[in-house]
Amino acid sequence: MQTPAQDTATPGTNPFAKQKSHRETKESLIKWTLRSATYVILIITASIFTHIFIRGAPVVFSLTPPFINTSFLTKLPETLHVLEDKQGKKYETTPTGVDVIKKQLGDNLRNEKTISYSGGGILGPIVGTILLVGVCVVVALGLGIASAIYLSEYAKQGKFIEMARLAILNLSGVPSVVFGLFGLGMFVLSAPKITSHPLDRSLLAIPLGFGEYISFEGWDTSVLAGGFTLAFVILPVVITASEECLKAVPQGFRETSLALGATKWQTIWKCVLPFAMPGILTSSILGIARAAGETAPIMFTAALAFKDKLPWQGDTGIMGIFTQSVQALPYHIYTLSARIPQNEYSERAQYGSVFVFLVLVMSLAGASVILRRKLRAKYKW
Amino acid sequence: MVTTYPIMMSTVAPKKAESGVATPPAAAPEVSEMASETSSPVSNAIITVKDMDFCYGAKQAMFNVNLNIATKKVTAFIGPSGCGKSTLLRCFNRINDRIPGAHISKGEVRIKGKNINEEDVDLAQLRRQVGMVFQRSNPFPKSIYENVAYGLRVHGESRKSVLDTAVERCLTHAALWSELKDRLNANAMGLSGGQQQRLCIARAIATEPDILLMDEPCSALDPIATSKIEELIFQLSNDYTVVIVTHSMQQARRVADDTAFFYLGKLIEFAPTMEIFSNPRQKQTEAYVRGQFS
Repeated sequence: MQTPAQDTATPGTNPFAKQKSHRETKESLIKWTLRSATYVILIITASIFTHIFIRGAPVVFSLTPPFINTSFLTKLPETLHVLEDKQGKKYETTPTGVDVIKKQLGDNLRNEKTISYSGGGILGPIVGTILLVGVCVVVALGLGIASAIYLSEYAKQGKFIEMARLAILNLSGVPSVVFGLFGLGMFVLSAPKITSHPLDRSLLAIPLGFGEYISFEGWDTSVLAGGFTLAFVILPVVITASEECLKAVPQGFRETSLALGATKWQTIWKCVLPFAMPGILTSSILGIARAAGETAPIMFTAALAFKDKLPWQGDTGIMGIFTQSVQALPYHIYTLSARIPQNEYSERAQYGSVFVFLVLVMSLAGASVILRRKLRAKYKW
Repeated sequence: MVTTYPIMMSTVAPKKAESGVATPPAAAPEVSEMASETSSPVSNAIITVKDMDFCYGAKQAMFNVNLNIATKKVTAFIGPSGCGKSTLLRCFNRINDRIPGAHISKGEVRIKGKNINEEDVDLAQLRRQVGMVFQRSNPFPKSIYENVAYGLRVHGESRKSVLDTAVERCLTHAALWSELKDRLNANAMGLSGGQQQRLCIARAIATEPDILLMDEPCSALDPIATSKIEELIFQLSNDYTVVIVTHSMQQARRVADDTAFFYLGKLIEFAPTMEIFSNPRQKQTEAYVRGQFS
């Protein structure tokens, strides 16, 4: 009779015991490296958001009723005046309040400081950003969806179309400041416009016969020029996303529609676009959120450091809103943080603007998520 | 039976036919020449295919097909995958035009006596009269009502009364009205597979076509749904000319009046269904219907 080998049959030992090796250590090391990389990103994001929230939220919200500081959202930016009397007491006031306080203090005034743009609110920049984004959305979606439809439904796939695609992709790699300069040259200085008095610097003025000219003299720095420039920044995103969404609509829908006698356009309009639209909109909204945050493209084309009027104030009419320059949030933040001397009084407007801006962008992103959920549920196949 | 038999095709004198069978695909033209000699149009043919070659770009997919399809009968196309039966079906409403490079390189397809590939044929009008049901049931993700009304809407019909009548007529015809009349506004994607396919049939007959093309309409359905569709096809043949492509020989046997067998892009045999299955003249047909290859 043979006795079984000792090492396999000894009672009390585990035949399935773990083999000692460095493999496990290596595995867990890799896992922890990858995990910590993820966490680093998470921590950085969280700290940016918390920082802005902690410093910015008190500017807009308060713990005492009415809990919201409306003046920051409803007033235009103005210069903050800080007066100090000889006892060291400080008075923060608006430009109009300065004289009153000065009169009160009389000889007691020791020191006066002015901090540009740091008083009042940021209504001007908010309105400007909304207008710019509005023009940008119309232009980018219009041009982008139209060309996506052409590329995916009509164009014969070939070398030329491949080149067009490549060009569109490359467009997304162009630095945004280049877009800004392009906008300056294209929309601000040379875009066509109908006018009765062409400027001397107009590149070309074509008379229309009834006293009006089509003059290639540009739209000046204006909402229109800025919106168009921003649109070109996000066009690659819109076109690429739209094309993907159009391709995702099953070919069967198109064939069925055509087989029922619909024309190509009827098919696209009724059977392709409606089902691609949820995707197009959601990815475009994300692109738009990016456009809202761009500073460089609007720097030369639309934005002003300061303006004491809202676009519709004054007798410019509806079109006038779009033909004048505005303040915009990203540019306002840039001005506040880089163009004026920094001190304890400038912080309020800085963090407040960043906070409001962040909330705006996040609500755009949130809207896109909600929209996608809703439309997905409606158009499922 | 044979006297009313609408057409014929490459069935020739048995001797010749055998030689045709023996020839590999490369020798196709021989078979087709014989075919064109013998095909004789019948008076009640609604679709006539004459000496047709079809190419996808440089690749030839169909070789010298001659075929007459009779009015208000069910004609089945059978054959192994890649034999060209779907390609031919898709020629009848020119939906092949969508595929770049696909074209009829020789011969012609006539429907109601008109060559449908001529310049003056309006695709919308052609497709309105030649409806099609696809392999995958693909209702639009819209309401049941809108699915059926789609064909009429694209042809410019917007009067509610007309659409209502049409929707009821088509759903009744497709044996769906009693099931669905209370939820016409529900999304069609919520229907079962068989209901979806019947809805697709209802949608296809809404434009009142003369011909209904069906490209393997039951291949994605379970047996019960399949038998309902087959029953429907049988009834539809009272009013429509039905051409159905099918993978299932049993289905062809059950629903079709005439059956055409295709192999490697050639029409091998076209005869009344009974004849194809019980007494095929070609060896290939016999081998196929006996299940010796597929």
